Amino acid sequence: MSLAALCAALMFFGVVAYAIFAGADFGSGVWDLLAGDAASGGARRRQIDRSIGPVWEANHVWLIYVLVFMWTALPRAFAAMITTLFVPWLFVGLGIVLRGSGFAFRKFAETLSQARFYGAAFAASSLITPFFLGMIAGAIASGRVELLDGRHPDLLTSWTGPTSWVGGVLAVLTCSFLAATFLAADSHRAGDRDMANYFGRRALVSGLLSGAVAMIAIAPIESDADTLAGGLQGKAAPFVAISAVAGLFALWRLRARRYARARVGAVIAVAAVVIGWGVAQYPDILVDHAEISDVAGARSTLYGLLIVFAIAAVTAVPAMAWLFLLVNRRDWADDAPRAPSAG
Amino acid sequence: MVAVSASQLLAARDQMALSLGFHIVLSCFGVAFPTLIYIVHRRGLRGDSDALLLAKRWSKVAAVLFAVGAVSGTVLSFEMGLLWPGLMSRFGDVVGLPFALEGIAFFVEAIFIGIYLYGWNRLPPKVHLRTLVPMMAAGVVGTFCVVAVNAWMNSPSGFRLVTSADGTQRITDVQPLTAMFNNAVWTEFSHMFVAAYMVVGFVVAAVYAGGMLKGRRDRAHRLGFTVAFAVASVGALVQPLIGHIAGMRLAEHQPIKLAAMELATTTEHNAPLRIGGILIDGTVRAAIDIPGVSSLLARGWFNRPVPGLDQVPKADQPPANVVHNSFQIMVGIGTALVLFSLWFWWRRRRNRGTDRDLLTSRRFLRLALLAGPLAVVALESGWTTTEVGRQPWIVQGVLRVKDAVTPNGGIWISFTVTAIVYAGLATITYRVLRSMSRRWREHGEIDLPTPYGPPSTGGSNEVPNQREVPV
Repeated sequence: MSLAALCAALMFFGVVAYAIFAGADFGSGVWDLLAGDAASGGARRRQIDRSIGPVWEANHVWLIYVLVFMWTALPRAFAAMITTLFVPWLFVGLGIVLRGSGFAFRKFAETLSQARFYGAAFAASSLITPFFLGMIAGAIASGRVELLDGRHPDLLTSWTGPTSWVGGVLAVLTCSFLAATFLAADSHRAGDRDMANYFGRRALVSGLLSGAVAMIAIAPIESDADTLAGGLQGKAAPFVAISAVAGLFALWRLRARRYARARVGAVIAVAAVVIGWGVAQYPDILVDHAEISDVAGARSTLYGLLIVFAIAAVTAVPAMAWLFLLVNRRDWADDAPRAPSAG
Repeated sequence: MVAVSASQLLAARDQMALSLGFHIVLSCFGVAFPTLIYIVHRRGLRGDSDALLLAKRWSKVAAVLFAVGAVSGTVLSFEMGLLWPGLMSRFGDVVGLPFALEGIAFFVEAIFIGIYLYGWNRLPPKVHLRTLVPMMAAGVVGTFCVVAVNAWMNSPSGFRLVTSADGTQRITDVQPLTAMFNNAVWTEFSHMFVAAYMVVGFVVAAVYAGGMLKGRRDRAHRLGFTVAFAVASVGALVQPLIGHIAGMRLAEHQPIKLAAMELATTTEHNAPLRIGGILIDGTVRAAIDIPGVSSLLARGWFNRPVPGLDQVPKADQPPANVVHNSFQIMVGIGTALVLFSLWFWWRRRRNRGTDRDLLTSRRFLRLALLAGPLAVVALESGWTTTEVGRQPWIVQGVLRVKDAVTPNGGIWISFTVTAIVYAGLATITYRVLRSMSRRWREHGEIDLPTPYGPPSTGGSNEVPNQREVPV
């Protein structure tokens, strides 16, 4: 593996992490949207709040990580990708702003109507953002992004092909599947069995839907995205298989209401399918138009990125591990403990 | 790149200016607020219950501000590519390293804000307090890295431009560390870092000054004011020195920006310090000139020449009026804040042992209330000075802004949407914070329960669920 490919792999590691962790946060927003009216949905929204509150900002940073690694390691591919897919990126940006701020505002809302307003902004943008991110992935994977070299990209057709629609729908469904599994496991740990089963049922449904859409998607991908289809059936086939097996395992455990185990299966299923996408299009960065080595940045910078990654591995990663350990402790899963003197 | 219209370019610049101008205030809170919280939290753990109360409230304010800052910062990273692909495609690998390091700082900050906010009553108190330290460190590193990129745009280094036979330019010899530790980085970083502490200090102090003006004179208000004002004062006193060094550096590395700041049309020995003034058709009008002082400040002695705008063709000159006046606003406010800080501490010292108290003086409190917004104005003006002063270049002397902008149309639309969304965000942030503060006052409670559902029984005002999420 060349130095540039190694940096691209490190960048893609961020894509996988973002898909899992931020994906679960996005999906939680989708379930927030579907939690029902204020009377019946209150407790569910509270659980969603508890689950993603401490972690969403950290999970969100993976996107920054990906963008920065991409423009540093593969600057021309980054410029082509973001300029060609200008419109969906704008929607992603808008969605991220409304989502993060809506979530924070809701927590401190004074009245129910304000909480509903901010909550609606948070929940609706949790649906929009992964959808457009999925469309962006579909556009790149189907070879619709080429290097700029002075030409005007087509701002509409570049991201509205069949593979983009598949990408958008699958992104929303897998995020919802992940989130429902996470929420079921979190509510179970907090001792709320009814809530756990509520999300468990939804995890089962969204998991089945994800699987079904993935199967149906084979046809449009075959006709629309040759390279991707070839890769998925060829060198990436093991990952597709792992994803299928892990997905089935998750569904099996969900049925048995073993939510902690189901969560492991769901994470592996989603990670494997995202890795499969990367492997299928390797060594292309912009499918059919540019290989990683064509657009790689200066070697000195690529070495620098390896060092940055090493620094992250000894600073941010242990910190993140501690955060995840804490939020998975029982006393963090539950409501606020009230110290007698805390007021 | 494809040629773009002037209107298109203006829209892109406006959108960047708006997004940065918005985010820069929130990022100041990300950098400096953890330190303020640390001071009161530490005091609180040593038995000061008012200080502990402030720490708890401030951490909730931080939760809101950091969330909005996190998303507005993300928008900027999008816009680097959406608006300026010509910069990122050519120089992404030259300046990428500080960006990547900033990413780590952002990770650390986001992780520890989560741990800190949810750590109340869950982590052992000392461990909990210490989770603020990585946030403070991330503030230093993050500021350095982001400012390093801006400093590089002002003082580019760490690469070589090679023009081939067919006239195309190629970038070789990329040295990311040289680019990161460019000539401008230390002065720009320290100037911005101190500015962050000044902005947060004066704004927080202004909030408590406002409260005391309304007659809320409890100890928590006095403590909140004094801690914030003390931090701001230290910043205010150090800042002119850093600014002066930055100005001297400009004389060497970006003389045209300095010329615009000083409104110097021609290169002069004994160059005057111009107060006020506007450049109309190449002549300076309505300025008060103090002979020799500009030479003294920028070059170290009266008779040394200060470069003028005429050193470069008109097309390469920044809009001097904007640069000059924003610079003067920054320096004017900065000077006023120094005097105001000195006055406060001198009076406080003199009043010691007497029953006189500056915090009961309405005149003083009104000035303190004004100092908060003024510090923000100074921040924005300083940033305007450095950004507009670099025009028409995005990378000084290397790449023009118009050659870096996106070829895509419709930027006016995205600019308009950005303007509407940010105006809404600013309004809501302000209103949410006001409402939190009012409820804290009315109920005396720290935890503000979120109204997820309608009141549970008989429409009473009772909180729907007694057990609530923290923060």
